[in-house]
Amino acid sequence: MVLILLCLLPFAGAALVGLLARASRGQQALVAGATTAAALALLLVQAGDVLGGEPVSAQVAWVPSLGLSFSLFLDAWGLLFAGLILGIGLLVIVYARFYLAAADPMGRFYVFLLLFQGAMLGVALADNVLLLLIFWELTSLTSFLLIGFWGHKAEARQGARMALAVTGGGGLALIAGLLLLGQIAGSYELSAILRSGDAIRTSSLYPLALVLILLGCFTKSAQFPFHFWLPHAMAAPTPVSAYLHSATMVKAGVFLLARLWPVLAGTDLWFALVATTGLVTMLVGASIALFKHDLKAILAYSTVSQLGLLTMLLGFGTPMAALVAVFHFLNHAIFKAALFMNAGIVDHETGTRDARVLGGLATLMPISATVGLVTAASMAGLPPLGGFLSKEMMLEEAAHTAWGGAGWVVPVLATLGATLSVAYSLRYAVHVYLRKRHADTPLTPHDPPFGMWGPSALLALGAVAAGLFPMAIAGRLVRAVAGTVTGGLAPIVTLKLWHGLTPALAMSAFAIIVGAVMLAGHGALLRGWERLPVPSAKGLFDRGMSALLAVARGFTLAVQTGSLQRYLAVLFVTAVAVGIAGMSSGGYAPGDRVTLPASPVAIVGWGVLLIGTIAVLRAHRRRFLALIYISVIGLIVSLGFVYMSAPDLALTQITVEVVTILLLLLALNLLPKQPVRLGTTFARFRDGVIALAGGGCTGFVAWAVMTRSPNDPISAFHWAQSYPGGGGTNVVNVTLVDFRAFDTFGEIIVLGIAALAIFALLQTATRGASGQRLRAWLPDLVRSPERHPMMFAVATRLLLPLAMLVGVYIFLRGHNQPGGGFIAGLVISIAILMQYMASGFEWADQRRRLDEHAMIACGVLIAAATGLGSLAFGVPLFTTAYGHFTLPFVGEFELATAMAFDLGVALTVVGAVMQALAELSHVAQRAEKDAPSEFPMDVDPARASEEPS
Amino acid sequence: MSLEFLVASAIAVLTSAGIWLTLRGRTFQVVLGLAMLSYAINVFLFAMGRLVIDKPPIWGKDVTEYADPLPQALVLTAIVIAFGMTALVVVLALRTFLETGTDQVDGLADVTADDDAA
Repeated sequence: MVLILLCLLPFAGAALVGLLARASRGQQALVAGATTAAALALLLVQAGDVLGGEPVSAQVAWVPSLGLSFSLFLDAWGLLFAGLILGIGLLVIVYARFYLAAADPMGRFYVFLLLFQGAMLGVALADNVLLLLIFWELTSLTSFLLIGFWGHKAEARQGARMALAVTGGGGLALIAGLLLLGQIAGSYELSAILRSGDAIRTSSLYPLALVLILLGCFTKSAQFPFHFWLPHAMAAPTPVSAYLHSATMVKAGVFLLARLWPVLAGTDLWFALVATTGLVTMLVGASIALFKHDLKAILAYSTVSQLGLLTMLLGFGTPMAALVAVFHFLNHAIFKAALFMNAGIVDHETGTRDARVLGGLATLMPISATVGLVTAASMAGLPPLGGFLSKEMMLEEAAHTAWGGAGWVVPVLATLGATLSVAYSLRYAVHVYLRKRHADTPLTPHDPPFGMWGPSALLALGAVAAGLFPMAIAGRLVRAVAGTVTGGLAPIVTLKLWHGLTPALAMSAFAIIVGAVMLAGHGALLRGWERLPVPSAKGLFDRGMSALLAVARGFTLAVQTGSLQRYLAVLFVTAVAVGIAGMSSGGYAPGDRVTLPASPVAIVGWGVLLIGTIAVLRAHRRRFLALIYISVIGLIVSLGFVYMSAPDLALTQITVEVVTILLLLLALNLLPKQPVRLGTTFARFRDGVIALAGGGCTGFVAWAVMTRSPNDPISAFHWAQSYPGGGGTNVVNVTLVDFRAFDTFGEIIVLGIAALAIFALLQTATRGASGQRLRAWLPDLVRSPERHPMMFAVATRLLLPLAMLVGVYIFLRGHNQPGGGFIAGLVISIAILMQYMASGFEWADQRRRLDEHAMIACGVLIAAATGLGSLAFGVPLFTTAYGHFTLPFVGEFELATAMAFDLGVALTVVGAVMQALAELSHVAQRAEKDAPSEFPMDVDPARASEEPS
Repeated sequence: MSLEFLVASAIAVLTSAGIWLTLRGRTFQVVLGLAMLSYAINVFLFAMGRLVIDKPPIWGKDVTEYADPLPQALVLTAIVIAFGMTALVVVLALRTFLETGTDQVDGLADVTADDDAA
């Protein structure tokens, strides 16, 4: 459980910092730092057990059917990585507090940083590989936010996009790879996968799974040829670079490689792919780093190179090489984070990061210079620093590794890589701090405040300590981690500075001497380098992306023509075709159920419906006429419901009909009304064929179903349980508010959302192009001389209480007799709408006491509360209770919790209907440009002046 | 002629009219068509419970024959949701018209009424 708390702490911290948006920068930093420190403390408490070889684990089932569980475990490898994530995270939080300018939104920065930290921590701790994938993708997303933090800069946006495209794309491959791995192992739990190494390596799916997983790891860890995103991610603020591109994000790939080392490593394919990629990346990164001038670019390419080194070591596939990789993993995180912070300090204090301009800063900023020199020396692999130890051990491993039968390839190239890394590290040290100052920097350099250099100084101390007292500092940790990573195969080694006269020592000495010579001849080398035709990976990436976008755009434009007709036609034709295919293969035919005779009334109604439909079709261009005709159809449908034993439906249909027609009338007032010929004759005929096919098929299916008896109707249950279970005799209402209350709850939410969308669409309609059209709109209909006839106004006002009473009555009886919340809501809406119609929007709106938004919200909340309330009694969601009570004068009556739910329904319906119509009226009023009238029963002055006096 | 035939044919007619109207390229006709389709679909769903006359689904101790309440409950919410959808589509059409000055949705150039009359 401690692990789950640990994993969630950064996310909680992010939420907390987010809530403190108005707090001072110091407070925000304090909260972010305190969360991280707390998480670090939680982690360290468990270090003893974990290093003693007892992993800690925690598990919560999530989606067991998919094999997905929220299971975490902490072994030594996870401990090391999580420790780096949290430890360096804490230092970066302190550093960023002083680094970021006053104009940068500090709170947002810490929120992103903590989210990223939580995602990384999840990667380090996840036991379930599906969970690991979720966190892995989260790191891609959150790093996107961090890299693009300065979103106003084009290169920040580009860098963020590129990082997301490359690491996110790799993440997709990783998903496939890990799923395959889980399939082979038969479990998605890492601890189980790690036990089935033999099964995995001999599986026929192994090569495929390996390549996919490597794609994920290589993109994340910026291995050649996917290395190009990392330098572009340097557009991020330096604290982000120090965090993401030294210790955490880019290390995630290496972390996973090492995590899966026991099951994947050791095959020829593994060596060929991983060791070679690592070797190439190391050389490519180191060569480019030597010839960059931007300090952060130098560090970025050096990171690429060092990640290549780590990958190569893991690729060797020997336990000893894996141990060295683990040790260098630690060393690199320490010196690289410090170097990035150091470069940030130089940038911050001098105003430039150009190595050609800088120089001689050692005397001007002595503290920063000391830190920079020590950590650069560690990166170069100079004794007696941590970097020297691990690099020498790397050379030792390389010295006896053969590549494709050639024994010299790996040692020579590894020495070359080490030489280049000496050269670029020394260049950083010499060109920034040691050589003579030869140009003025934009700012006068001086040491920054303690908060800025403190974190990097601490890391530099760590680099020194790791070199001088390796066993005391890292010995136990490295042994435990190496044991975990290799599955217990790692040899017990003693880390020490002096290994005696070994080949590695000679290679090291060669690297240092030649590296120094290369730096001396840097100018000449640079001229040579600039003549080399180096293909730009970014250019390739950009061309690839634009080609991809062109294809996507072409496809979209071909499919999305902007013609609703075409989309609908495709939809209808497909539906008809699929329907016909289904019917013909399913042997559909009319059944033999006894049919009901059609009474003369039914035939008349049917005839009216037919006439109404034909009238709508004929009049569809004369819009008001069409509305009148369509309301006839609605009326017949309601009557049909009454006739066919559905009183609830009839009530709903007729009330909905009224509000729909009102709504359409209001909208139509503003829409163009001229009759337009729609489509060519051919198009009308073609659409007619589609329409007849669709209608015919639907009618036939309805006929086929109605003429056969129902097969085991589930409604029998609803009927039987309605009164004993739900306490109501109106089975339809009981079904709505009880059996299927959750469903109804969803429906009223949909209704509320529709009303809010209408609000959003129309509130903003008075601005911009839409607002201009509204202002230019002219009434194009003949107005009634009396806008608000007195008879109408008086009658509706008298009717208001009565209509309300009817609504309440329908509501109250709904559980037992036709009625209920939906119908009551609609009836009450109509009662209020009558006031709007009779007395005008302005008048009615001023006298309105209820807010539609509040009504919708209250309705949904009441319904939700009724549903959740049942949980408090230990019964499932939306379970209802009812009882019978007696009151004097009233007599016995029933109360059910479902009634409260129904009240929520009614409130939402009233709110939604009123919202839709009020917004339309509001816009119409804007268009009419009416001066608000004080008189509800006003007489149009235009008419008064026309009348002879 | 049976009641079932009347209902089935009414569904067929309403569906055809709805489809034909939604295939016209103007927002108002699309709204009309959707309204027609809503009628047709609601009646269709209702008819899935088979047709029964004079036996509303009001529970009683001795009542054994009743109209199927389940499709009715489903259709009741469907009617209300159809209203919500119609309202949203109408408002969307209105806003589109105000924003673009045309109520065409067929992706073609605007044909105004004047051109048509000419």
